[in-house]
Amino acid sequence: MSRAGEARLWLAQRISAGILGVAVVVHLGTIIYAAHVGFSAAAIISRLHDNLLFATFYFVFVAAAAVHAPIGLRAVIAEMTAWRGRSLNVAAVAFALLLFALGAHAVLLLTAGV
Amino acid sequence: MDSRVLQTWELSLWRGTEEGRFASYQVPCRERQTVLDVVTYVQRHIDASVSYRFACRVGMCGSCAMTVNGVPRWTCRTRIAEVAQGNRIAIAPLSHLPVIKDLVCDMSVFFEKWTTAGGAFVPTPGATDNFAHIPPDHAARRAADAAIECIGCGVCYAGCDVVGWRPEYLGPAALNRAWTLVNDARDGAGAERIAAVAGDAGCHACHSQQNCTRHCPKHLNPAASIAGLKRRAAAALWRGGS
Ligand code: SF4
Ligand code: SF4
Ligand code: FES
Repeated sequence: MSRAGEARLWLAQRISAGILGVAVVVHLGTIIYAAHVGFSAAAIISRLHDNLLFATFYFVFVAAAAVHAPIGLRAVIAEMTAWRGRSLNVAAVAFALLLFALGAHAVLLLTAGV
Repeated sequence: MDSRVLQTWELSLWRGTEEGRFASYQVPCRERQTVLDVVTYVQRHIDASVSYRFACRVGMCGSCAMTVNGVPRWTCRTRIAEVAQGNRIAIAPLSHLPVIKDLVCDMSVFFEKWTTAGGAFVPTPGATDNFAHIPPDHAARRAADAAIECIGCGVCYAGCDVVGWRPEYLGPAALNRAWTLVNDARDGAGAERIAAVAGDAGCHACHSQQNCTRHCPKHLNPAASIAGLKRRAAAALWRGGS
């Protein structure tokens, strides 16, 4: 990792943490609201369908998680094991892509039925 | 007279190198005795082959740090009565550094990291022509002042978990030193130093959990210095630097 790389990752980690902080609260609030009102799964899915606001929100949420988690995991692995360097960076990027792909797939499935 | 004068300390001292064991000694209690006094007693009166380091005995030189009942401390300014568990005391070399013999560590890696972190002052061209005018209340001057009194004892380094987990981590003392220079208006290597501390196992590896700050005998706050370096590195990135 280049020198500016570490500073860049640090910034990305903090910005994504800020986004996650808000997103998790909104997400939990929505769940509690839906459970409280007593929406069925079908009712929830019908509300999500073609809902651009939900789709945008969850894409941002997924992107923030995909950025945040691998940076933290990379640091934990470097501290707890002897694994570091280029192969660890590649693995962290792969983990980020996997998280984003899984998350984006779920969001598309619910909002666009893809 | 202190009633403890009548008692003895049950001392466990590390003997050997990385491989070694704790040996037991009994040392008479004296009033206002420091941990260093007790080790000195063992060497002068019980076993002259015990190796340890000290120089000033007044908290200036930073050479006497050891692990006392599991905690890194400067031993010349630590009263044994305040840190003993009952009358038991275990004294070992500092953690995270190779042991040369008994209580003496090899500090080379520790100080090499100061060099790696850009710990040497680099004067700006013309800096020697005249005195620099730096007002005492200038923000950068205050930041440097708050971190400048380091005696290089290695206590923070021994107390930092991240140093233990990632031996290549520059550590709190070297980064604290870099922070004083980053805030020194007379220094001309600011950008290079930020690049040096923002490397793979530099300031960004710090967890900010402040073990260093908690243990520093000079009551410095290396964790805050490191947080400052992270901000500077982010600002440098913003400006398209390093
Ligand atoms: S705050 Fe940073 S430098 Fe200080 S002990 Fe924790 S990880 Fe080490
Ligand atoms: S920062 Fe404090 S604990 Fe660390 S080397 Fe300097 S004086 Fe010792
Ligand atoms: S002997 Fe100098 S600081 Fe303890």
